[in-house]
Amino acid sequence: MAPLLEVEGLVKSFGPVDVLHGVDLSLAAGEVLALVGDNGAGKSTLIKHVAGVYRPDAGEIRLEGQPVRVESPGQARALGIETVYQDLALADELSVGANIFLGREPVKHLFGFLPIIDNRRIRTETDALLARIESQIPPRARSVSRLSGGQRQAVSIARALYWRAKVVIMDEPTAALAVMEREHVIGLARRLASEGVGVIYIGHNLIEILEVADRVSVMYRGRIVHIAKAEETNQQELIKYMTGFTGK
Amino acid sequence: MGEGTLSKAQEPAVRVSMFEGLRHRLPLETYVLALTVLVWILLAVFSQYFWTTGNITDILRQVSIDAILAFGSLFPIVLAGIDLSVGSVAGLAGVIFSMLIADAGQGILVALVVTVVAGLIIGMVNGWASERLGIPPFIVTLAGLQGYRGLALLLSGGLTIAGMPPGLQKFALSSVLHVPSLFLLMLAFGLAAHFLLAYTRTGRYMYAIGSNIESARRVGIRVTLVVIISYALASLYATISGLLLVARLSMGAPTAATGSELAAIAAAVVGGASLFGGRGTILGCFIGALLFTTIGNGANLLGVNSFWQMVIEGLLIAFVVYFDNLQKRRQAGLG
Repeated sequence: MAPLLEVEGLVKSFGPVDVLHGVDLSLAAGEVLALVGDNGAGKSTLIKHVAGVYRPDAGEIRLEGQPVRVESPGQARALGIETVYQDLALADELSVGANIFLGREPVKHLFGFLPIIDNRRIRTETDALLARIESQIPPRARSVSRLSGGQRQAVSIARALYWRAKVVIMDEPTAALAVMEREHVIGLARRLASEGVGVIYIGHNLIEILEVADRVSVMYRGRIVHIAKAEETNQQELIKYMTGFTGK
Repeated sequence: MGEGTLSKAQEPAVRVSMFEGLRHRLPLETYVLALTVLVWILLAVFSQYFWTTGNITDILRQVSIDAILAFGSLFPIVLAGIDLSVGSVAGLAGVIFSMLIADAGQGILVALVVTVVAGLIIGMVNGWASERLGIPPFIVTLAGLQGYRGLALLLSGGLTIAGMPPGLQKFALSSVLHVPSLFLLMLAFGLAAHFLLAYTRTGRYMYAIGSNIESARRVGIRVTLVVIISYALASLYATISGLLLVARLSMGAPTAATGSELAAIAAAVVGGASLFGGRGTILGCFIGALLFTTIGNGANLLGVNSFWQMVIEGLLIAFVVYFDNLQKRRQAGLG
């Protein structure tokens, strides 16, 4: 069976600056693949290609064995690739349910012809979804602006789960969170994987990375220099590859 | 208040905490509505004429035209935009409509259709320019504020246009079961706008764009289309209020509705809309417009200098926005 997501020979330059020098990556369904590396190693650039923000100069992205062109974030979403951004992904003034369904609201017809949003269905589905991920979010919160950082992440993740995303990219999801919330978000990442989603998890905290990931790949200066199973590696080894001190 | 059994020392603390508790639960509109009711009671006490059928009917007629303008202004405000041109568009619409009837000899229906189409085009241009050309809507519609007023004055030669069919004013002054027809029309337009904002995808996307335009783009919302619809609706409602002004006064005046864009925006803001986008309701706009209309009416009845009236309205806007900010900061502190 083909891996869920494959990236092969991805090359990207911004003007004279070469950022990615032929990156290969593969992600299986039900796997959390961590992506670590120093600032400027190319992690964000790499995942932005998968998320449809950038287009590669060369190379290929395959989803379930099929080559795909991901030309916009909307298209990525249609393909089943969701990104959980640190902060930007939610509309603050809308409710939890409205955010989960944003852009894909269920519609019913008033008097048989007037299309209106089926708010009752959004409410019941949101309640069920939040119960499913055992979240502490008040499901009737009138706007997500009142939620904590972790709760907001949970809303984004719940959204990915509800829409049966195949690939979820989590870009430093715990960077701004308190310890308790961090644990909850890590639990949600594992939860996504247990439901068969492939998760790409970007982070800086190696203890957390080793806890959440099945495999860890290290980027250094626009290349993936090391891939290891989480249980077969440790912080020292990862740091060595991240900083380029590999003795080669 | 239930303070009967409390000692004097406890009393203020309890009062404060009750007030605080309420502030966290109720939307701003509730307080503005309470204030409006208070003003009504005060006016009923201090002016014998206030609580008469004639005066109440006058208030309902006046608030109708102001509220329709405010409803329209709400759409761009929800987007975190603004439409400063609605007053001038109302004036221009009145001039186009009355000239088509008086000078071109057209029937009411033709004049109505042409004027509404003109209003819609103006709004679409506003939306397109602010979204596609990237000119801030404040600037686009500031240009409109000047330009469309100038056009109204040019077309009419600066003169009022008489010769409206008498049926028009008859309609504007008519009532159905003692409720002014204008008020019923306002209700209909208000309900339509409320329906759009609260129950349709287009309305929800307006709030989404006003909350976070990037996230709206990311989920695939067609931002440009929604922005154009929103400014087109602002202009459409402005056009309608301009037409109703012509009907009420039985003439087209190129200076009609001058300055009313600010009153409309103020009504929306006092009614709970945020100029930062994402928040605001039609009911709030109505309550805001009712408060301003009541103050204007009361000031006339009590013989208050109209310059004072402006000062009072200014203070009111400042107070309400300050109060709203205070409330939000406290909520953020709690969250």
